[in-house]
Amino acid sequence: MSMNKQGRPTGTGTSDFASTSGSALLPNEPLLFEIGDTEHSGVDLPDAEINTARLGGFERKMPLDLAGLTEPEAMRHYVRLSRLNHSIDSGMYPLGSCTMKHNPRLNEKMARLPGFADIHPLQPVSTVQGALELMNQLSHWLMTLTNTSAVALTPKAGAHGELLGMMTIKAAQQAAGQGHRTIVLVPESAHGTNPATAAFLGYSVKSIPARADGTVDVQAVKDALSPEVAAIMLTNPNTCGLFEPQVIEIAQAVHGAGAFFYCDGANFNAIMGVVRPGDLGIDAMHINLHKTFSTPHGGGGPGAGPVVLSAALAPFAPVPFVRQGSDGLELVEHTEGEALGRITAFQGQMGMYVRALTYMLSHGGDGLAQAAEDAVLNANYIKARLGHVFSVPFPDYPTMHEALFDDSFLAGTGVTTLDFAKALIDEGFHPMTMYFPLVVHGAMLVEPTESESKQTLDHFCDVMEELALDAKAGNAARFTAAPLHAPRRRLDETRAARAPILKWERPEDLPQAAE
Amino acid sequence: MRYLPHSAAERAEMLGVIGAANIDALFSAVPANALKSFDLGLPAHSPEFLVEAHMKALAGQNHAGADGPFFIGAGAYRHHVPATVDHLIQRSEFLTAYTPYQPEISQGTLQMLFEFQTQVAKLTGMDVANASMYDGSTGTAEAVLMARRLTRRNKVVLSGGLHPHYRDVVKAYLKDDSDLECLSASPEGQGDILDHIDEETAAIVVQTPDFYGHLRNIRAAADAAHAKGALLIVVITEVVSLGLLEAPGALGADIVVAEGQSIGNALNFGGPYLGLLATRKEFIRQMPGRVCGETVDAEGQRGFVLTLSTREQHIRREKATSNICTNSGLCALAFSIHMALLGEAGFTRLARLNHANACKLADALEAVPGVEVLNRTFFNEMTIRTSTPAAALIERLAQRGILGGVPVSRLEPGDPGVANLIVLAATELTTEGDIAALCAALSEELA
Repeated sequence: MSMNKQGRPTGTGTSDFASTSGSALLPNEPLLFEIGDTEHSGVDLPDAEINTARLGGFERKMPLDLAGLTEPEAMRHYVRLSRLNHSIDSGMYPLGSCTMKHNPRLNEKMARLPGFADIHPLQPVSTVQGALELMNQLSHWLMTLTNTSAVALTPKAGAHGELLGMMTIKAAQQAAGQGHRTIVLVPESAHGTNPATAAFLGYSVKSIPARADGTVDVQAVKDALSPEVAAIMLTNPNTCGLFEPQVIEIAQAVHGAGAFFYCDGANFNAIMGVVRPGDLGIDAMHINLHKTFSTPHGGGGPGAGPVVLSAALAPFAPVPFVRQGSDGLELVEHTEGEALGRITAFQGQMGMYVRALTYMLSHGGDGLAQAAEDAVLNANYIKARLGHVFSVPFPDYPTMHEALFDDSFLAGTGVTTLDFAKALIDEGFHPMTMYFPLVVHGAMLVEPTESESKQTLDHFCDVMEELALDAKAGNAARFTAAPLHAPRRRLDETRAARAPILKWERPEDLPQAAE
Repeated sequence: MRYLPHSAAERAEMLGVIGAANIDALFSAVPANALKSFDLGLPAHSPEFLVEAHMKALAGQNHAGADGPFFIGAGAYRHHVPATVDHLIQRSEFLTAYTPYQPEISQGTLQMLFEFQTQVAKLTGMDVANASMYDGSTGTAEAVLMARRLTRRNKVVLSGGLHPHYRDVVKAYLKDDSDLECLSASPEGQGDILDHIDEETAAIVVQTPDFYGHLRNIRAAADAAHAKGALLIVVITEVVSLGLLEAPGALGADIVVAEGQSIGNALNFGGPYLGLLATRKEFIRQMPGRVCGETVDAEGQRGFVLTLSTREQHIRREKATSNICTNSGLCALAFSIHMALLGEAGFTRLARLNHANACKLADALEAVPGVEVLNRTFFNEMTIRTSTPAAALIERLAQRGILGGVPVSRLEPGDPGVANLIVLAATELTTEGDIAALCAALSEELA
């Protein structure tokens, strides 16, 4: 039996190694509802006498049926669950386009200062001057790094930022009597949120094909432009990991046609402190604080997606925003006229603002530029080390923050991109992003970020190379059976979607099985 | 730089492997006049203790909730969060994981989401819930769009008791939409939404307890909506109320949206929070957001995956039900852990304690000359009319160290009828001393 680099068996030949559930430190954990009951509680509260006179007859009659756990039971339940997750802190997480970088714990400590965590969004502004000053400082950093003249902090995630940016463009065009512009250009390599956002706002989406080299052709953009085009949504660096070499010409062409340039800033980590998007001609760009500025991903949020805006769009920014008043900082919560209003209750993701500013101050302008350069260095290093075994679809340019491979190196092996990714799990790594972007076949998008040491990168490359050679050597079973060493084997997603089970039911409440 | 592992020698060695003369060679696709052609003028990197001092100085300029009597609610509530919750959500494996795209190594997050969905479904009395939205306000806007897809009708009516920010978010999402009808503010709890439902109506949106604290008759709203083929969207900003009040699902709600901040999550000046969204089983394929479902693995073991992704943007692109990508995972975890610690017994006691304290607050306020309590019904929040304009009064209370509620004029500046109204909340953290201090200060200010 072959061994992997952690000394674990990798073969599938013996059933002794086929099961992972017996791992001593990873016991199966029952559901909360299978452990607790409605009497147990981990919180001591007095039982208050109440008079129901002011409840208007609307008291609860339906049982809550919520299981409770005492504190030690809860601690064990959630600690055990946590151990079933891969995380950045436990291993490399090279998920392309997601920027899984180190999350400094100073950020967490600062976000929990009572002066930030224990303040209410509707306190008198005289009692939250430090919070408004923090929003001002964060805004200054974001505008400086992008060379733009305004920023809307409130979007709650990247997709929410996209929505806001495109709403701002729509509001500006309607104010200018340009409401007839109903088409948004989206390169086919774009993330799915781009066309979804445009469609959400009632635009029709026109796809721009990618060139053979993975970048957008300025001529294709020019050919698609017309008086009906409202905007282009362009990701730069793009989802293939490439900086768009003709981005300035594209911006000029878009502006020449009276349209706006929305830049998807998901990949800002590659260029922060090195290239300012405002110098490239963008009008709006969201910045994922949870990617570029290290606020934790938290298992899928909360994110934060502030949007920087050009001078042309700044008057249409949403409320609330901070302004210097005669008597300290003011929070502008209402606007009149053509501005688009409010896209969330309150002030947005303050907890993420604190973390992001902490990260910025820790790095400084110099450290952010160094981080971007290291992120690009790391991705190019992976591409250089693996390029001779893996297939590189777009070799013409250096890559930026992520290395893209396609699956042509697996041709004839019986191993798919999915299989390859699952085999990487057995080697202790989180897989790369699979099958995205859609413009290359069987895409594998590897984003190491600046946080990985050379030693880790070398280990990752050694493993990737060994896997690729093993696939080519005909050992498909290792891949198609993987993962063998994770808390679960492959899960049946078809079954989950066909007859969805979305909550726990008491066994006695379930219909009797047909079999 | 403490966060960057490479030494200069390692960088040089790596450039050598790449075959690049220097780092700038890797940026060769960038137009030359845009690459490092500027001086950012930002401060240089800084040791941890200096960053900490900077942030503490900013935090120190804010009046924290614990610094004095606190009565602010209006969509975000100051509750106690057990130490266990904050410890557990900082476990590396929860904090620093991404969306569970690889279910074999994400069962912790996925099982938690499944438990969360179950808790939300039980709380709201609905069949199913999603894995959370950004917050209650954006969840409300998404619910309105969902109702339009389900009914293929366009008219939407928002109750005058809906949180004004929520109304404004719906308006922004439906910009220039003549089919959106926003009823004027109803601080006395008056309801006229039933007269606005017709055969064109996709949904009515009713909040309970409403923005002013009044409890609304959900059964009557559901019956009126359903009689015309419309859907009822129930909005709840204080989820603790569900410990004492009937589940909207038992009263005929079709979609329930709630702000979940009250459980497990600090005030955080407005975010991050989490939106709860629950609905009927037959509507799940029009539900926005991520959903976790149960399945089995290749050995037949129970496991969990993200499912129904054919609704979502990464599959459907411009045909998706929403552009939403993330949920509010870590906030949902905090909610779920806190709810598990409470259990039915603790959650019920928490709700009773909130109501009991609010009753004490209402009784004390009614005894203050110049103060009128407008509510006949409430859970933990109420509206008062004062004999002087509310905004200036709240500012004077703040100068005394008392955060005495929210002047309604802050959210409804165009409505002169609300100039003297204040919305106040009590929670389990409100003491009799806090109430006495507030009433004494009000008595002096209104004398």
